[in-house]
Amino acid sequence: MRSPLATRRALFSRRGIIQGAAERLLAGTAVMLGAATLAFAALQLVPGDTVAVLLGPTTTASPEIRQQIRTEFGFDQPVPVRYARYVGNLLHGDLGSSYQLQQPVSKLINDQIWPTVQLTVAAVAVAVVIAVVSAVVTAGRRPALRATATAWELVALSTPPHWLGIMLLTVFSFQLRIFPVAGAQSLSSLVLPAVTLALSVAGVLGQVLREGLEAALEQPFVVTARSRGLSQSAVRLRHAFRHAATPLLTLAGWLTGTLLGGTVVIETVFSRPGIGSLTMQAVTSRDLPVVLGVVLLSAFAVVLIFTVVDLLHLVIDPRLRTTEAAL
Amino acid sequence: MTMPGAADHPLLVVDGLDVTFHPGSGPVRAVRDVSFTLGRGECLALVGESGSGKSVTARTLVGLIGARAAATARRLVFDGRDLSTLTEPQWQAVRGRRIGLVLQDALVSLDPLRTVGAEVAETLRTHRVVDRAEVRGRVLSLLTDVGIPDPRQRARQYPHQLSGGLRQRALIASAIAAGPALLLADEPTTALDVTVQAQVLDLLRRLKHSGMALLLISHDLAVVAGLADTIAVMHSGLIVEQGPTDRVLSSPRHPYTRALLAAAPAMHAKGARLSDAASGQPAAGPDGCPYALRCRLADQRCRDELPAPADAGPGHGALCWYPMAAPEETPHRLSVVETARPPAPRGGLLIEAESISKRFRSPDQTWHHAARDVSFQLRAGEALGLVGESGSGKTTVARIVLGLLEPDEGTVRLAGAPWNGTANGAGASAGAAGQSGGRIRERDRRAYRRRIQAIYQDPMGSFDPRYTVERIIGEAVAGPRRGRDRRVKIIELLDQVGLAANMLQRRPRELSGGQRQRVAIARALAPSPDVIVCDEPVSALDVSIQAQILDLLTALQRGLGVALLFISHDLGVIHHVSDRLLVMKDGRVVETGDVRQVFSQPVHTYTQELLAAIPRPGKAGEAEVGQHATVPP
Ligand SMILES: Nc1ncnc2c1ncn2[C@@H]1O[C@H](COP(=O)(O)OP(=O)(O)O)[C@@H](O)[C@H]1O
Ligand code: SF4
Ligand SMILES: [Mg+2]
Repeated sequence: MRSPLATRRALFSRRGIIQGAAERLLAGTAVMLGAATLAFAALQLVPGDTVAVLLGPTTTASPEIRQQIRTEFGFDQPVPVRYARYVGNLLHGDLGSSYQLQQPVSKLINDQIWPTVQLTVAAVAVAVVIAVVSAVVTAGRRPALRATATAWELVALSTPPHWLGIMLLTVFSFQLRIFPVAGAQSLSSLVLPAVTLALSVAGVLGQVLREGLEAALEQPFVVTARSRGLSQSAVRLRHAFRHAATPLLTLAGWLTGTLLGGTVVIETVFSRPGIGSLTMQAVTSRDLPVVLGVVLLSAFAVVLIFTVVDLLHLVIDPRLRTTEAAL
Repeated sequence: MTMPGAADHPLLVVDGLDVTFHPGSGPVRAVRDVSFTLGRGECLALVGESGSGKSVTARTLVGLIGARAAATARRLVFDGRDLSTLTEPQWQAVRGRRIGLVLQDALVSLDPLRTVGAEVAETLRTHRVVDRAEVRGRVLSLLTDVGIPDPRQRARQYPHQLSGGLRQRALIASAIAAGPALLLADEPTTALDVTVQAQVLDLLRRLKHSGMALLLISHDLAVVAGLADTIAVMHSGLIVEQGPTDRVLSSPRHPYTRALLAAAPAMHAKGARLSDAASGQPAAGPDGCPYALRCRLADQRCRDELPAPADAGPGHGALCWYPMAAPEETPHRLSVVETARPPAPRGGLLIEAESISKRFRSPDQTWHHAARDVSFQLRAGEALGLVGESGSGKTTVARIVLGLLEPDEGTVRLAGAPWNGTANGAGASAGAAGQSGGRIRERDRRAYRRRIQAIYQDPMGSFDPRYTVERIIGEAVAGPRRGRDRRVKIIELLDQVGLAANMLQRRPRELSGGQRQRVAIARALAPSPDVIVCDEPVSALDVSIQAQILDLLTALQRGLGVALLFISHDLGVIHHVSDRLLVMKDGRVVETGDVRQVFSQPVHTYTQELLAAIPRPGKAGEAEVGQHATVPP
């Protein structure tokens, strides 16, 4: 059975980090093109007349107007021409225009993306800090301490984010009035959403990190390190941690999914602007160009995260950078 | 038994050391009443089979036996300080700075994610031995000192880029970086080829001459003979014999010391049992002599009472009721049960390797041929030996046969069906997939994986260190998934490999090397395979345990009819186990044939050289390897 590690090894065989990056970039571009093509195909396959969808259920437009829209949106051209134009536009960052809001999708996304980026980055940061502290402090330590940490992580990872969000809102915003109820104007408005999104992530990361640390602490090189006079904590930070980080990286796929889904829920619960709310709106109003724009954006996020993770793998584990046969 | 002859103020005094582990299952007394002293510039060797308590003794001296162990001693004094009262921060100041430890398993004792230079520098930085700016220079000079060529380049490399010998030297460099007064070297040569072994011993000898005290641990009396001033033989946690090196080697008094001196596979008739027979001996009571089970002199008194130390001359003593006479008086014969080996039953073709080749890119961008045009066949129930020095391509062939690595060219067939490489032949019904012409994929192999299993030199590497023995074996059991049936099956497997059911809850770390290898064998047997690929399965074990594992493998081959592809760099071991033999050099098979025939009439010059270089580890006093020994007929 080939482990994911072995597959990566094959991918980067005998090449340095730079070649690895170049290769990943190429692969990423291919994935993006694939996603764009799928999005285009989906657009073609929408049942019914696109113009009718565009005009919405209530509009009664004259055939002339319909024809005008057709020409304007290029629906009268043959499919290959439209595809070429579509890809060309994408390369210029043109994702088309929203049917409903009559604005370029790229502008809509651009307006909404920063609150979301802030939210996810803050959430990941909080999650990593919580997980690292909880794991490093408790791994391989007294059973009671360890059990407590494991217990809270289990609770955290199994709490549904929307429920947690509502609870936090009730306590900290409505009753204690420490944090604002909605919006994304101030830094304090970021705290509750970020913590809500972070907690379940932190639970999983903490568990995986502790497992990794404990496995690493059993390795002979840990005894060697201690025999040089290193303290317990120095061994954890300088040796065991890097080993434990590798399994963490393999969670990237899960993490991306959780964050993408999580932002939609969190932004709704906390009435924050962002890609999540934009998606909700677009989906409910069948605003296809916006939905497809978000799909492409998600694909891009996935590609980006996987690329970064692969490169981190290479940076952390030198054994992946070469394939000398271990004879 | 205290060892006189040390200086007036010996560097290290160990008196009445006891170490007990408290794992999940009942307590394990790993070290019992161990006493010795060691002076500056002296070398004491701890010798004994694996599990005898050597490593635990060494680790006690740096306070690294773990939280679940308790150590007590009447006196534990190093350089005038009482080690038993040290606090953790005080220990940290001693470790590395005053006492260096070279851990067993050099191959996995350096952090694989850090450069060799960083590992050596760690000792210097931790103890602030030199200024920050000088660390790099000191690392390079240390690497040079331990005999690592091209230190600049090596310091930047990672452990996996170094050969076993270089890794061992780097590990020694990191242990001596801060100039400790005492170096504990735990099996520093065990995993190495004979030539490299001699070089590492030479390095240790130089360190000793520079005034460093050396606690050298080995299973091999020949290894320590040239270096040790004193030898202490351990068994079951006890020092059973201790004395000046020449006396212990020339007139061993304890039956176990004699067995150690004689137990080397190369010196025995083929097919004879290597480990001493324990047949029909009643077990010793809890207070009896721990060796009674295997000792042919044992009587009721031995089984009931722990022997009192018997004096055997100046500084020489043995823990035995009936210490053996010096050999001048009674030349001793080892109790080897000389059973001729019945020819192995041969069945149908199990593995056919046809012209397999594999190349790897070396760091300097040239191609390195790990296997060139290798062909062989393995029949059901047969034991095929694959011998060659390290780097000759044995492991590459093994991995291709196991379907873990694809050959560049050639085909491997398992039970007549395509298994690895290009599926050019007509596929039979059994075996992996029938697409012809194309590569055979893992998906096609999966259903047949259970038929071919493997054991390796270092079973630790393939065990999850957190799993219990029960879980490690359980995961490989093909039959019942859970519940009592499964446990019964696991206990059966343990029994087949000579382990008791009380091992079920142990974790790999709590097992000795021999026990680990037995667990690995049990796991390999779990899915009832047709063939087991054994890659250097005994190379990391000491001779007496080696003997037991070889006996076990031979018994399984004959009893269960499992075929063995047995890889080793040790001709003695190969000779003992295999029916047929392949000799590899630089990726090619240079000679093949029936074992007896190849050993008596080697055709290829390389085989002749190999045979001439068989070391004679049992030969006391001759630590150097490369003796021209006669090979058993
Ligand atoms: N961490 C541990 N927990 C429980 N038992 C252990 C542990 N480490 C070693 N032992 C036991 O102590 C005994 C001595 O082991 P060891 O010193 O490693 O032997 P040696 O080095 O001579 O091969 C063995 O029976 C082994 O199973
Ligand atoms: S005391 Fe008895 S059993 Fe033990 S080694 Fe001596 S003779 Fe053998
Ligand atoms: Mg040991």
